[in-house]
Amino acid sequence: MSEVTRTSDQPLLVAEALSKSYGRLAACRDVSFVLYPGEVLAIVGESGSGKSTLLQMLSAQLAPSAGHVSYRMRDGVLRDLADLGEAERRFLFRTDWGYVHQDPAQGLRMAVSAGANVGERLMAVGWNHYGRIRQTASSWLERVEIDVARIDDAPRTYSGGMRQRLQIARNLVTEPRLVFMDEPTGGLDVSVQARLLDMMRSLVNELGLAAIVVTHDLAVARLLSHRVMVMKEGRVIETGLTDQVLDDPREPYTQLLVSSILPP
Amino acid sequence: MYVAVKGGERAIENAHRLLAHERRGDRNVPELSLAQISEQLGLAVDRVMSEGSLYDRELAALAIKQARGDLIEAIFLVRAFRATLPRFGATEPVDTGAMRVQRRVSSTFKDIPGGQVLGPTFDYTHRLLDPQLAMASDPDAPALAEASHAPTPRVTDILGQDGLIEPSPQTVEGAPVGDLTRDPLGFPAGRDLRLQNLARGDEGFLLALGYSTQRGYGRNHPFAGEIRFGEVEVEFFAEEIGFAVPLGSIELTECQMVNQFKGSATEPPCFTRGYGLAFGQSERKTMSMALVDRALRARELGEDLVAPAQDEEFVLSHSDNVQATGFVEHLKLPHYVDFQSELGLLRKLRREFAEANAEPALKEAAE
Amino acid sequence: MNAPTYNFAYLDEQTKRMIRRAILKAIAIPGYQVPFASREMPMPYGWGTGGVQVTAAILGPDDVLKVIDQGSDDTTNAISIRKFFAKTAGVATTTSTEAATVIQTRHRIPEAPLQEGQVLVYQVPIPEPLRFLEPRETETRRMHALAEYGLMHVKLYEDIARFGHIATSYAYPVKVNARYVMDPSPTPKFDNPKMDNCPALQLFGAGREKRIYAIPPYTSVVSLDFEDHPFTRYKFDAPCALCGAEDSYLDEIVTDDKGSRMFVCSDTDYCEGRQAAGHRGTQNAAPHKEGAHV
Repeated sequence: MSEVTRTSDQPLLVAEALSKSYGRLAACRDVSFVLYPGEVLAIVGESGSGKSTLLQMLSAQLAPSAGHVSYRMRDGVLRDLADLGEAERRFLFRTDWGYVHQDPAQGLRMAVSAGANVGERLMAVGWNHYGRIRQTASSWLERVEIDVARIDDAPRTYSGGMRQRLQIARNLVTEPRLVFMDEPTGGLDVSVQARLLDMMRSLVNELGLAAIVVTHDLAVARLLSHRVMVMKEGRVIETGLTDQVLDDPREPYTQLLVSSILPP
Repeated sequence: MYVAVKGGERAIENAHRLLAHERRGDRNVPELSLAQISEQLGLAVDRVMSEGSLYDRELAALAIKQARGDLIEAIFLVRAFRATLPRFGATEPVDTGAMRVQRRVSSTFKDIPGGQVLGPTFDYTHRLLDPQLAMASDPDAPALAEASHAPTPRVTDILGQDGLIEPSPQTVEGAPVGDLTRDPLGFPAGRDLRLQNLARGDEGFLLALGYSTQRGYGRNHPFAGEIRFGEVEVEFFAEEIGFAVPLGSIELTECQMVNQFKGSATEPPCFTRGYGLAFGQSERKTMSMALVDRALRARELGEDLVAPAQDEEFVLSHSDNVQATGFVEHLKLPHYVDFQSELGLLRKLRREFAEANAEPALKEAAE
Repeated sequence: MNAPTYNFAYLDEQTKRMIRRAILKAIAIPGYQVPFASREMPMPYGWGTGGVQVTAAILGPDDVLKVIDQGSDDTTNAISIRKFFAKTAGVATTTSTEAATVIQTRHRIPEAPLQEGQVLVYQVPIPEPLRFLEPRETETRRMHALAEYGLMHVKLYEDIARFGHIATSYAYPVKVNARYVMDPSPTPKFDNPKMDNCPALQLFGAGREKRIYAIPPYTSVVSLDFEDHPFTRYKFDAPCALCGAEDSYLDEIVTDDKGSRMFVCSDTDYCEGRQAAGHRGTQNAAPHKEGAHV
């Protein structure tokens, strides 16, 4: 994916000098960037590079030790996430944002049917017609290539790949503008990964979604993202257009990553 | 013709009458006196006072007699009485360091200032039924020695002098003492309320939870720093006269567990504390309580919350045996109305199921 | 020995004031669960201690008290609580819904319409309607605070997906005053419509869980549902076999060991009133005789 299709000149999310430290350990240092609507940013690095800490701060689940994250709300106003009340933050999470966990069990209600998993966000924003909720859930199952006959089955009866696709449907049903993904293909077989990536790529394109994808897998970054940020020891050491960074890395560490010498 | 069941009132009266008869038992056997219960079933009295949270041996003995020896029922009786008592305030903190110890053991140091005192304990008895006791018994008078006036500082205080154990959290002077019998318990609970909850908590429940931490469910590497049992003075600060007046003395058991250490980049490592306290001689209770108290500090100490004993809401919401027994036993009450609703719904679902499954057969028949 | 002596209606005045403050707050925020410092009562938790504390706090010497359990004045627990207040407060008691000023109930709302000035006190075992969806108090309180009730609808959705309709027959959740989702206590859903816009004050007491909540008179109470799967009241196939009532909730009575059944009003006062007024069901051709009330 190489073309950035900006739908707006106004940034959707702005990170300014984000840092997070635990005692003397700095998990994340001085990270700044701007994300535009429709843009997909991959954050890559090995375990412990600070990419997951960064994702948690960007999605308002962790308060930064220093710095700010701002998000342009649907009314067009850019707001500092730290100033949002809990109700506003949770509302964002139910409507305008999605969060795809590496482990689908964390993002799904495993004992509740697939239809209810997809319908929950709709009901949370006031949908009150069973038939329409079910119909919308069905059409989303189709979009993520899950047999609609399985709509009343709980995800614990699903395969790993199906669970991940269901989690994506559950997140996208309210048509969010920004989706956070944490190693979305981690733990899946290679063949399953390919199918999932393909599907995610077309959904992101169709819906004009902005996304921030944390991954240690450069193939995921190459396939999904417009831009890449490479992290090491809590810092961003290289950033640029995905193809540029992956085809012609400047930093020795990125060169190592690209040549896959470093273990995940 | 059907007549709705009547006569519940008389049934209740008769049941109570029968209960009183059963409580008395065979009238040829002499009736228990409260003094007998208090003197000869002293540990039962201690438990009822602790979990009933009322220090009154005579009332606890009465409750045990009235409850036919059912200790949870006795605790319930004491609690219900306690709930109606007016509250004048809280006493000064008791100084367990100044306790007149009858028993004091430490598993962390062989010798401690003031010495180890074995005192009255089942420890080291062989658990052999003693047929002699079936008859009237006249045990030997206890061995006597000169009373020692050596101070008996708490083991944790000795460790604390070198900073080897974390200090006890300092209370704010004049801050109100939490009381979950006067204010509803909220979460997360402060340590004062947590300890109050555990002190009132069911001995068996705490024992099982404490045991589970030892078996790896929230393990915290405990040592019994010290267990002491004896008398302490209770004082009450009287506003009108401006100084503390003694109210008398009570018997307490205190257990301080010394647990695995913590440390961080900014703090040197030190042992951590778990605390247990109960009325009378209640060692099993206070040891269990200290294990559970320490387990419940997991969040505060930055430990992973993985085990039931570390789950504050779970432990504090289910520790109270009076609440637990009431709700479990309320299943004896009639639930006709709810059951009727479920019955109706179930019949409807079964009918619909049968109809749905009968349809293909009908079609075939029609064809 | 400290010989126990007790105040009017058992509880001391300080405790009553504390409970009244909680009740006032509950009335001010309809459907909101107000924590209160529930006391140990001389009956077990789960047997009505919450309702008893609420009743004790609001009872005055001139009140007339009715106590029902399963709709009946004559079930053992109802008798026990009625006797408790007759003894500790000396108030007049009644079995008549119309004559009562305070009615304490477990599991039912009387059939006769309640009036202004009456107070209905419910005994509540589990006040939290979200409890079985989310066990943590810290989380459910947050859900109420933010009015996040999507999870409740997930449950109703699942019922319909699995059974074809909402499979909750009692303790059916309601939304009070268009704000708080509330558990009506384990009353059958048949009784839910009676809570809506009711002229009487409805108070709910949960002793073990230490919560009081309220529905002030003339407040909207809506049973949760979907537009295309609306709430329906349970309907019985036949009228009461004793009084012929077609609009009351019926108990099923097993009349022999061959599986014979009959259905009679669960609200005994209502049923007796109708019989006294000459109504008859299929099993009751003979004139009604007053049951010996001991």
